[in-house]
Amino acid sequence: MSLETFIQQLTNGVSLGSLYALIAIGYTMVYGILRLINFAHSDIFMVGAYFAFYLIAVFRLPWLLSAILAVALTACVGMTIDRVAYRPVRNAPRISALITAVGVSFFLENLGLVTVGARPKPFQRPELMAKVVRIGPAAISGVSIWVPILSIGLVIILLYVIYRTKLGMAMRSVATDIDTTRLMGVNVDTVISYTFAIGSALAAAGGIMWACKYPQINPLMGIYPGWKAFTAAVVGGIGNITGAMIGGFLIGLIEIMAVAMFPSLSGYRDGIIFGLLLVFLLVRPTGILGETLKEKV
Amino acid sequence: MGKHFFAALRRHLNTFLTLMLVGLLFLALRWANTRLDDFTLRILRTGAVYIVAAVSYNLINGITGQFSLGPNGFMALGGYVVALLMLPVPQKQFVWFLEPLIWPLNSFSFASTWYFFGLSLLLAGLMGAFGAFLVGIPSFRLRGDYLAIATFGFGEIIFVLANNLIPLTNGPLGMKGIPELASVYWCFGWAVIATLVVSNIANSSYGRAMKAVRDDEVAAEAMGVNVFQAKMLAFVVSGFFAGVAGGLLVPLITTISPTLFTFTMTFNLLIIIVLGGLGSITGSVITAFSFAIASEVLRAVESPMNIGPIHIPGIAGMRMVVFSALLVLLMIFYRRGIFGQFELSWDWIRSLLTKAAGEEVRKKWTRGKTSS
Amino acid sequence: MDTGKNIVLKLEHLTIKFGGLIAVNDFCLEIEKGELVGLIGPNGAGKTTVFNIVTGQYEPTSGTVLLEGRDITGWRPHLIAASGIARTFQNVRLFTGMSVLDNVLVSQHLRLRSPFLSAALHLPDYAREERHVRAKAMDLLERLELTPFAKELAGNLPYGQQRRLEIARALSTNPKLLLLDEPAAGMNPEETTRLMRFICRIRDEFSLTIFLIEHDMRLVMGICERIRVIDYGISIAEGVPDEIRRDSRVIAAYLGEGGE
Repeated sequence: MSLETFIQQLTNGVSLGSLYALIAIGYTMVYGILRLINFAHSDIFMVGAYFAFYLIAVFRLPWLLSAILAVALTACVGMTIDRVAYRPVRNAPRISALITAVGVSFFLENLGLVTVGARPKPFQRPELMAKVVRIGPAAISGVSIWVPILSIGLVIILLYVIYRTKLGMAMRSVATDIDTTRLMGVNVDTVISYTFAIGSALAAAGGIMWACKYPQINPLMGIYPGWKAFTAAVVGGIGNITGAMIGGFLIGLIEIMAVAMFPSLSGYRDGIIFGLLLVFLLVRPTGILGETLKEKV
Repeated sequence: MGKHFFAALRRHLNTFLTLMLVGLLFLALRWANTRLDDFTLRILRTGAVYIVAAVSYNLINGITGQFSLGPNGFMALGGYVVALLMLPVPQKQFVWFLEPLIWPLNSFSFASTWYFFGLSLLLAGLMGAFGAFLVGIPSFRLRGDYLAIATFGFGEIIFVLANNLIPLTNGPLGMKGIPELASVYWCFGWAVIATLVVSNIANSSYGRAMKAVRDDEVAAEAMGVNVFQAKMLAFVVSGFFAGVAGGLLVPLITTISPTLFTFTMTFNLLIIIVLGGLGSITGSVITAFSFAIASEVLRAVESPMNIGPIHIPGIAGMRMVVFSALLVLLMIFYRRGIFGQFELSWDWIRSLLTKAAGEEVRKKWTRGKTSS
Repeated sequence: MDTGKNIVLKLEHLTIKFGGLIAVNDFCLEIEKGELVGLIGPNGAGKTTVFNIVTGQYEPTSGTVLLEGRDITGWRPHLIAASGIARTFQNVRLFTGMSVLDNVLVSQHLRLRSPFLSAALHLPDYAREERHVRAKAMDLLERLELTPFAKELAGNLPYGQQRRLEIARALSTNPKLLLLDEPAAGMNPEETTRLMRFICRIRDEFSLTIFLIEHDMRLVMGICERIRVIDYGISIAEGVPDEIRRDSRVIAAYLGEGGE
């Protein structure tokens, strides 16, 4: 592999990884608080991309405004899903909540297929993202530069919210002990609602950037990024935000580099990541940064 | 002494009644096989295959309470085993035209006899069980929902392999011309076996251990239940029958390709067991069979239609929208499903009969009293 | 060496840390066969943590647990249950979706001899064993006056019966040592009196050694032969009920907590 392609692949892997990280954070936040795998998260990612698409292509709004509006709208969708589908099953056996999540996920995908159609739609990306940048010998697309920068910016904002604001404190408290937090007079449902909003907003941002990177969107576009991001969350240590980021970058890099180094494996690209997941569950199920969750007896 | 005698009688009575029911089923199948058209028979056979898959899926999800998303993967394993073993050699040469099929599969195939087909189904089941065992090891070491993730990942790995291992699977093109061996007898025979074995397990000490794990893992462990073992047994048995179900489905529709066993298959099974009641085996049997028939009927939903001025062109996928909404609504409003954890059993029917008889007697008695 | 003693449970220097917190610190205890020992202390003193270490839910940071001289430290809970320690939980943890009879039968699983295949195919050897354990379980329910509820779902029982069933379920494992975690929680004085009699009765009938945690001082002082007091994970006193009642450190620990 020449230095040029190596740099290209590296930036490619980093930008892909930063997107996985953004999505993984949403999974890990919900899991940390509710111990729920939010299967619908990958579809919220898709919904975000579609909102942006329609705001740009149909309502003819400026690109940046569309993106911001799409993120806000998707946050509302996330909160609605929590309110309508997840809250009623919160005290039900855990398997009920998981089944509900699978149901919501399938519902969003199939509703998408029925309403906007299965045919991929071309996503218009802004000038900035499309421009090619030269780093040393390598020509790199703007997307690969801007996506990681924007993602890291968003994560810094998130970390600020979690560690420096009252809402963040409430979220951390709910994650540690939901019952005690409730006894302390915190409105747990509101906190959970905001958690969904934040996670969905990040997923939407990820979805829009994904659409900039791979400018064809379809209703099933979230499935694979979603599962790989979930894998990233597990690899990083589920429930741990920093872990989700590390896992995201790791998965992105592995995925790109494995195929770059062994082109014959390109057909197995998705299989490699899921294989990695199984191996990780076997050798280090708590992930890189995770601790064993002690169940109260 | 008398008590023992009646207990023994009742035990054998149940077995006897079950045997009679199976006998009746056999007679009904003989009748159906000669009288019904191919299309109807195919729906019935599909229904029976769904029973095998759903009942085994319920063992891990409903009875043991561990959320698996794996049946499609295990069914795929079973399906490919049967396809590779039963596809005649000339047909193999015809199908693998790009790259040859690997040795020794390219040079032999089972003759289309009942014992070879039976053997290949057993191998399909063992393959499914082995797959489940492999996924179970990493999934069951910790508490939590690792099984859901691992089984989904496994399903995707199988999908990727099926698409890419062309010398073994013929990739996306799959195989066609598989002998149509899955007769009504095979399909319903396995439906009966799966139902009986799974309900035997559920009602045995092992089944109680599985249910205890479902209800409270910590307490189960403290009462001496080997939680890892209980989950693993349930999952491996579940994988076995899923493999058999896949192995039956392929010689029923005579083709196989990776898209036959996507996540949608698992989703359908999930709907079935939730609707029938998580943990109710008889519930799964009834809904699985109804589901196969209903899906045929519901195809109508997907064909073009006009509602007033609105023309709805045939919307592929409308069924799935309805099903997924149904699943969520069930979870919110009717979590127990149709049967809950209730089982249709001979004891229950008898108690119903005796109650009805008692009612009859009481009515007569009170009527006699009031009239006099 | 005192060979006359018949030690059932011996805890040596148990210490467990959660992160920076030392929940139990250098806890030592010996319980003789047939004894009824109480463990008391203010909330959060580490009482249940001691139980969780003994039954294998937690692995101690250091120290050993000996059951009849055998080191069982760090064993999986189900193996500890099989070796003869059974427990109840502070907040009842029954198998709510199963019948009362099945709850008790679960505890028989650890002694099952029939292989899985013979259960799955319902072969005669399994059927025989099933009949046997059922009879045993019914007998146990009879002795604990739970027979009328045998077919009821455990989750549908009234609270008092649930507590009793939890003890029945523990007894069904055929334990040498029974750990009761706040058996009187949520009971009124009258129910507590009945419970006291019940505990003494099962100890004699099932020749048990009992180790219990309780906040209800009437119960502890009334039936325990020996009481251990811990606070902040550290043992602060041990003795017969009368000694404990008068112990200044114990009074301080309780008043310190309740006197605010």
